[in-house]
Amino acid sequence: MKIGRYCVNIMLGQSPVKTLPEKISPEAQELHERKKESGELDKFKIREAHQIYRDNHKKKWKRRRWTTLVLINLLFVFSYALDIQVLEGALTASRFLGFHMADLNSALQVVLAFKVVVINLLIGTVTVLIIWLLLGGRAFCSWVCPYHLISEFAEMIHLKLIEKKIIKNHIFNRKARLYLYIIFALLALVTGYTVFETISPTGILSRALIYGPTVALLWVLFLLTVEIFYSRRAWCRYACPIGLTYGFVGIFSPLKINYNVDACHHEGDCRKVCLVPHVLEWTIKGRAPKINVELGPDCTRCGMCVDVCPTDSLSYHFKGLSKKK
Amino acid sequence: MVAGVTGFSLLNLIPTMTNANPRLRPPGALDEKEYLASCIKCGQCVQVCPVEAIELADIFDGQGQGAAYIDARAQACDFSCDGLQCVLACPTGALTHEINYPHETRMGYARLELPDQCLAMQGAGFNGITRGVEYGGKLRFDKIDRWNPLPLNEQYFDLELCDLCVRLCPIEIRADQCDAGTPPSNDINQCPPNRAIELMLETTPEGRAQYRPTILEGCVGCGVCEMVCPTTAPSIVIDQRATWEQITGGQA
Repeated sequence: MKIGRYCVNIMLGQSPVKTLPEKISPEAQELHERKKESGELDKFKIREAHQIYRDNHKKKWKRRRWTTLVLINLLFVFSYALDIQVLEGALTASRFLGFHMADLNSALQVVLAFKVVVINLLIGTVTVLIIWLLLGGRAFCSWVCPYHLISEFAEMIHLKLIEKKIIKNHIFNRKARLYLYIIFALLALVTGYTVFETISPTGILSRALIYGPTVALLWVLFLLTVEIFYSRRAWCRYACPIGLTYGFVGIFSPLKINYNVDACHHEGDCRKVCLVPHVLEWTIKGRAPKINVELGPDCTRCGMCVDVCPTDSLSYHFKGLSKKK
Repeated sequence: MVAGVTGFSLLNLIPTMTNANPRLRPPGALDEKEYLASCIKCGQCVQVCPVEAIELADIFDGQGQGAAYIDARAQACDFSCDGLQCVLACPTGALTHEINYPHETRMGYARLELPDQCLAMQGAGFNGITRGVEYGGKLRFDKIDRWNPLPLNEQYFDLELCDLCVRLCPIEIRADQCDAGTPPSNDINQCPPNRAIELMLETTPEGRAQYRPTILEGCVGCGVCEMVCPTTAPSIVIDQRATWEQITGGQA
């Protein structure tokens, strides 16, 4: 099975499997062997270095990402509140300086329910499709979606509570997202109504920010409560069809996070901060199929792993533009 | 979890599909089912409306979170944008792009609901600010300001016979302008082909004269009459999606 195909299956909910040696490139195999031999020598030193790095590392990408996310959402808010008219509408559909934009998942739901494709919607959808093809599919999630941001805050609280052993994390089967994706697509098709939009925390939050608070925010609050006390990042990990829609786009995106196994200590700090740690399975000792390997399409390109990695083994990579090290 | 999320989404679907809470839709709205299917809940119609007539439904309104509607009593559509900005703004065609002028819209049809309460029916006048000073609604008063809608509570009326529903009807105002040879923006396409509302003189069985607000073929259901009616509960209301043909059987 090709690596790309394998990564798509992982996104759809398959559990990662230990890569079989015959699929690993000879160069990578040699490196894995060499690492195995050098073995446990500096384990303690490495752990200590990682700890120091974890406590002191500059969260460069997180800062950039949060700034971008807040600015985009503020642009929506101010376009209406202050009438600056730069980005009118909400995240589901908008006009940027007059040009149509449509959220890919919202557009998909409308087309399935309405069964007619309107030219303006098509223009908006294609524009947004091109943008996220270039910028990396699920980058929408981590760089734009307002729910992602507050969910990150909920995650911080969740991790604090875990650390103090007050709660335990509960893991669901990741296939749930695929099932929900199919259910909501079928519901839109059969009922002729965009059922998912009613409970989409992304849409609810975006509209609440722009048009004022709604009762629907209680649903968002409920989701956050579940994420804080019961299951880490549950909505984004196991439910949100928007994430999967952009995930599909991300398959074809030239913008990915590249993993270079060479200098990696295999301490797994990246997997601990990651929303979708299954895309980082390559970073487990002996699993990287090549010296340089791109993370799968479920990756939200948030850059948390890039920030936390002390050896620069993970980096943003734009196919054809940037060189792999 | 799959069942939970799906179940919750369906809770909202049931009242939506059974149309448990019918609402006035913005100009150009498709048939209810198609409208709900195609509305992408972005609120661009909300943003362009000069009188801020359009609101977005909340999660328990029984019509899907974010679907656009108009509460005419709170703020009706008075077409003060002239060009149906909400229709132009709609990215999905939920508000059909096939109409260009206010008189082409069919949001509903007005009905005199409380004839006993209606001031005109009693032959009474109206003196003061309709809906009171607290009321926040706006309307355009062409003669005072061509472009900017004005707060209704700044307008003082002194009428021997209350005819607010006729006097402030946007279709009637346009028809009057056209009859005077001065259509809005000198665009004769703005001229409504039919009148929308008039006060019809009747004689009661007791021999008393009364003026009955009578809805005509040109009524588009914008809701301004419902909005401006000075009685505590509006004497005149809009039946959502009702049409002249339906109500009168097509007989003028």
